[in-house]
Amino acid sequence: MMRDLYTQVIMDHYKRPRNHGEIEGADLHEHLLNPLCGDEVMVYAIFDGDRVTDVKFSGRGCSISQASASMMTERLVGKSREEVEAEISGFKAMMVGEKEFPEMDDLAALKGVIQFPSRIRCATLAWNAFQRGLEDQV
Amino acid sequence: MYDVAEIRREFPILGREVNGKPLVYLDNAATSQKPRRVIDALTEHYEQHNANIKRGVHRLAEESTAAYEEAREKVARFIGAADATGLVFTRGTTESINLVAYAWGRKNLREGDEIVLTESEHHSNLVPWQIATQATGARLRFIPVRDDGTLDLNEAERLIGPKTKLVACIHASNVLATVNTVGRLAEMAHENGALMLVDGAQSAPHLPVDVQELGCDFFAASGHKMLGPTGVGFLWGQPEILEEMDPFLGGGEMIREVHLYHSTWNDIPHKFEAGTMNVAQAIGLGAAVDYLEDLGMESVREHEQRLGEYAYRRLSEVEDVTIYGPEDGRTGILSFNLPEVHPHDLSQLLDEEGIAIRSGHHCCQPLIRRLGVAATSRASFYLYNTEEEVDAFVAAVTRAREFFGAFA
Repeated sequence: MMRDLYTQVIMDHYKRPRNHGEIEGADLHEHLLNPLCGDEVMVYAIFDGDRVTDVKFSGRGCSISQASASMMTERLVGKSREEVEAEISGFKAMMVGEKEFPEMDDLAALKGVIQFPSRIRCATLAWNAFQRGLEDQV
Repeated sequence: MYDVAEIRREFPILGREVNGKPLVYLDNAATSQKPRRVIDALTEHYEQHNANIKRGVHRLAEESTAAYEEAREKVARFIGAADATGLVFTRGTTESINLVAYAWGRKNLREGDEIVLTESEHHSNLVPWQIATQATGARLRFIPVRDDGTLDLNEAERLIGPKTKLVACIHASNVLATVNTVGRLAEMAHENGALMLVDGAQSAPHLPVDVQELGCDFFAASGHKMLGPTGVGFLWGQPEILEEMDPFLGGGEMIREVHLYHSTWNDIPHKFEAGTMNVAQAIGLGAAVDYLEDLGMESVREHEQRLGEYAYRRLSEVEDVTIYGPEDGRTGILSFNLPEVHPHDLSQLLDEEGIAIRSGHHCCQPLIRRLGVAATSRASFYLYNTEEEVDAFVAAVTRAREFFGAFA
């Protein structure tokens, strides 16, 4: 069970997070707290018209929340607003078992989280923050 | 003679396995496990005596009422109250403090008044006062916590003054393993004509408590943290203060006479027990208190302090670990952090080995912020835990640290 959860891929994103940091004057800037554990995440994005050209995240949290945030930044760069919304709702559907995880993608490493319901909120934290940021922008 | 092996046999759940390993239950500050005697008291009530209390003139109603009132007597005696008239059953510590904040607070707080709390309060002894002060225009002041986890009493001396109407403080911390000198705070409160409320959620289960010796005006605790069932706790208050307070919830049993446009209130403590109470649970709490008294609270405290200090020493051997709170005189609570392993991840890895600990902010967000972290891990011990369990816990923490360290 432990190996299902803490895969090499998750630990790699946790120890070497991609796009970790802040963007000054970002077009999208949102902060979200997980009230259950106090973990917090900040997400930032730059848009060129409708398209996301840069995403970063900062904050503190467990391996699952940090790895998931790192993976999210990689997935969202280059996507249009509509595609980003689809990515986020798609990921949230995966985390409640309503959608298959993509094979051959780092996201698949988060599949193991589903069997630990209390950790699903960790995995979706950054994604929910980004979604809130999008809603605030409109 | 305090025989842990014999004590453990009284707790059926301690015999179970988790993930193929014997359960090591170290989340006692969240809730305690229940001895056979408490479980039997619940079953016996439902199998033999169950009826609504104070209402019926039939045998079962009489038996249930007598058992419920006997439980009240037992709990009052357990905390050293002179009698049971000031002992109100509630849902737990949270409801008890809300009761005071509402029924005493709304009647007595005015703009310019002050409530003095500490930085280390559980949300249950903070949020009700935020609500009460917002409703009345009174304001909150906070006694700081020093770096060693103890309260800054010099600052308390300065903060508690003529404007203070109430001082409210946790007796024992659910994070720092400290026991606060609430008796001293009660003196300061009374010198200034203020009342003293003690949140005993983490003390009543673990230390000998005597409300008369503490000199407090209110004392609140939860049954489920002291071997009793969930759904029951209590508020003890000085009877003359409870008499003067308005009711909390309105309804059946708390009244004397009801007319269409007005009512009069029942005597205390019944004035604060509206509707059908958690009868079986109160009776179960009575059985829990009997069990604790048989063991002797001095012995329980001695066992837990020894175990807490042993655990502190053993965990200190783990490289890079930070343990919060003082080294000596601690309760059986051990809050800590490892730089490499987030508390959530640690709980998960320990659960894999059948070890239950807590991670997060422990309903003390301001205190956790004061410690400069987002979360801590917490192992909390009780009267049935053993040194072997501490060893298993420390070994598992060491393995978790190695597991996370292995991913370069």
